[in-house]
Formats: sequence, C-alpha cells, structure tokens
Amino acid sequence: MIHQYKLNGYNIVLDVFSGAVHSVDDLAYDIIAMFEGSTEDEIVETMLGKYAYDTEIDRSEILDCIADVRELKESGQLFTEDEYERHACDFKNKSCAVKALCLHVAHTCNLSCEYCFAAQGKYHGERAIMSFETGKQALEFLIANSGNQHYLEVDFFGGEPLMNWDVVKQLVAYARSREAETGKRFRFTLTTNGVLVDDDVIEFANREMNNVVMSLDGRPEIHDALRKTPNGKGSYDIIVPKFQKFAKARGDREYYVRGTYTHRNVEFTEDIFHMADLGFTELSMEPVVCAPDDPYALTEDDLPILFEQYEILAEEMIKRKKEGRGFTFYHYMIDLESGPCIYKRISGCGSGTEYLAVTPWGELYPCHQFVGDPKYSMGNVWDGVINIGLRDKFKRCNAYARPDCAECWAKLYCSGGCAANAYHATGDITGTYEYGCELFRKRMECAIMIKVAESEE
Amino acid sequence: MKRIKTLSTRNLKNSLKTGGCGECQTSCQSACKTSCGVANQQCEKCK
Repeated sequence: MIHQYKLNGYNIVLDVFSGAVHSVDDLAYDIIAMFEGSTEDEIVETMLGKYAYDTEIDRSEILDCIADVRELKESGQLFTEDEYERHACDFKNKSCAVKALCLHVAHTCNLSCEYCFAAQGKYHGERAIMSFETGKQALEFLIANSGNQHYLEVDFFGGEPLMNWDVVKQLVAYARSREAETGKRFRFTLTTNGVLVDDDVIEFANREMNNVVMSLDGRPEIHDALRKTPNGKGSYDIIVPKFQKFAKARGDREYYVRGTYTHRNVEFTEDIFHMADLGFTELSMEPVVCAPDDPYALTEDDLPILFEQYEILAEEMIKRKKEGRGFTFYHYMIDLESGPCIYKRISGCGSGTEYLAVTPWGELYPCHQFVGDPKYSMGNVWDGVINIGLRDKFKRCNAYARPDCAECWAKLYCSGGCAANAYHATGDITGTYEYGCELFRKRMECAIMIKVAESEE
Repeated sequence: MKRIKTLSTRNLKNSLKTGGCGECQTSCQSACKTSCGVANQQCEKCK
C-alpha cells in the first residue's frame, strides 16, 4: 500500500508497510499513481499526453522514471506487501507485562474546567485522594507484573495531583528505594494545571520527573473561557508566570505545555503561537474529548478549518525554525530513522494491558479515560487484574482488529487509535472514531511534510 | 534517482527481527492523554 499527497509544494509518497518516504517530482508522482494498475505502454502514452507541454519529458525520460519506480518496488521501498497481521495476533498473545501506570492520586481539582473529561476531577464519583499505602501497593503491583521490562512509567495524574503532593513525593521516594533491589528504573511524569506550582514542586520535579505536562489552552480569553477557578474566574494569570518559571527551570529536561482546542477556538494555531511567544518551546494541543451535544464539541463544519490550521502550523514551524525561534509540536514529532519498530506500530496503544489507570481507591481501569465506568473495572492493586476477559479484549485491540483500519494508510502511525475515543464514539473499543482519524491523518501528513522540507534544505 | 528522493527511514520489515523489546514509552503517557499515536515514540534501542 502507498499513500500519495501534495502539501506545501511537495509531492510525497509513503510506502506504508516498509515505512519508506519519497519526495518526488510531478512526473514520478503521476507514474507511481498509475504503476500498479497499468502497463508500461499505458503509462508512457498517458504521460506523453499530460506532459506534452514539457519539452524535457520524452519517452526515454518516462521509461527511466518507470525503471526507478520498479527498482524501488524490487528493493522493498514501494508497493510493499503487508506481512504484519500474523505478528499482530502473535504479539498480543505473548505478553501480559504491565509497564505503565496512570496514578490518579487526587480525584479532586482546584479548577473547574467546563470540558474536563474527568468531570472536574471527580470522574463522576466521589472526591478522594490516594493514600500512600494504596500508592505504594500500586507500585508493588507494577513491579510484580512488569516481567522483564526495565523501564517502568508512572504518571501522577488527577484531578490535580499537586493537591496530594506529599503523597507524590513519598511515592517517588519509595519507588526509588525499590529500584536497586528489583533492577527496575522508574520514569515519572507529572500532569498539572499549575495552580499549586511553587519552588518546592519545581525543584522536586526537576530532580525526579522525566516529564512534566502543564495544562494551558493558549490565549488568555480562550484559556479563561473554560479553565476557571471554582469561583468562576479565569486561571490564566495565576498559572502562566508559574509555568514560565517551571519551563525555564526544566533546562534540557522534558516538558510539554499542553492545551485543548474546542469548537470555540478552531483557529487553534493562534493559541499555539501565543504559547510559543510566551517562551514555551515544547507544545501540544489536543482536540477536545466530549459529548457531541456539548456547546464546545467540534463539528463536521470545523473539519476543513482544522485541516487548514494544521497546515498553517506546519508551515509556520518550518519558518520559525529557519529564523532560529523554532518550537516542538508533540503531534509533529516523528523520528523516521529511530522511530518505533513494527511491533510497537501494530500492538495498539497498550491500554488495558501494558498501561493501566489506578483510582485513589486502588481500582484498576484500562486507562484514565475509562475511570468511573463500572463496565471497565479490571481489578485492583491488591488482587491484580481480575477481569481477564476484558484484558484479552484490549490485547486484541490494535490496527488489525479494527475493520475500518484495513485500508487506512496511517494505521502503522497510530496503531489503531485510541480505544477510549472509539468506545465513546461507537460504543465499542474496536470501533473507530472517524473524526479523530481524519485529524490524525492530517497531522501525519504535515509531520512528514516537515521532514521532507528539512531534507530539502 | 533523478526524480525521486528517498528519505532515510527505519525499515519496518527489518524491525521484525530486531524490535519488540517493549522498553519504549507507552503511547498515551507522554503529553496527549486523549488521542493515540505511536509515530512520535522513540525506539529505546535507537536512542
């Protein structure tokens, strides 16, 4: 399978199953489009007609290009066949190792964001904070169930995790104390709304957290419209100076300033550029996750605007990089040479298998987006995963389990997409959230275009 | 090739033999939390 597209003046051809990326001129682009379904004579005649105006393109030139395309096919860089389906099944039957936990250390929040998928931190349940004992058991559960995995990931999540900061620090210390004996290495992430960030948080996080995710939606009026304090005031002025200090103090350590865009700011590049102009260089911006009848839900009419926005973003990033003021956009990060192996690409997102969410009470869910839905309770950190049938369903949940993915060129970039989005859109984790797929494909086209542009410099 | 420039990429078929250690970051864990993508995950062995 191949995927061809034109973007920002580039003709790009992706060979889906080898991962090869080709930047081609117009003639090669058209020949590749015809190559599999036409004879050589048909291609030559069509191209002679189409490029009759171009004196440089004659029969010999076309034949040379056809030969190049054939060579790429023979060397496994074009029209590569799919040989991975069998491995997708094998791989999912092998491992039950858990390598990542999303620890919901606080089901409470000091903001009251209207669009919060966690229902202002409560996940449609009671307010609660995780005790040290429960968190400690979660870490022990992770160690005991991680098989041969060396790196273990723990994300301190909420609600707002800084509302249970002392327990976070105790859990980090406990995990570190277990590393030498167990041969494991913990990598921690903190996801915060910023309200309680202070010097102690910054110092500790810079020492212990591999990554910090800071929630900011962009321009003050956009951020404040939905990210409000409990008394209804905007939180922008409270958090931005703290985040600026935090990001500066991170130095070379990883962080993301992460926003959510909604129907109210479909021109979200303005918000990304605002973040960049505030001095943040590691940025992420996500489409809102909400019910379709929410007033800020994205609509079908928004889609062409969003496509254009992603193109504007990509072109601006190329421009700013040349000017020496570049920034990173999470969804345009793509490492063509050292990116994920095929096993990663076909194994799905890992929710419900290698990645689990833990509630303040120690209950296990497939991921943070299923928390609070009793149908998706998997067990607890004391007894482990009890709902084996549910785990098996998630094990099979990958690009090859979803019929809609069969003909999609992007399936090895997304691995089948988000199970929670699929569930909320279709009622089934092996469904597809087509709106999200449309946005994902656009982001991948832009991300790869940026790589092509960089290769042309 | 005169009209085709091929970028340097990891050959996915070859990674059938060398990949699968599972030490890479969980897709959703880093910065998104609401969508899925594996393309931006770096291979732990290639770092």
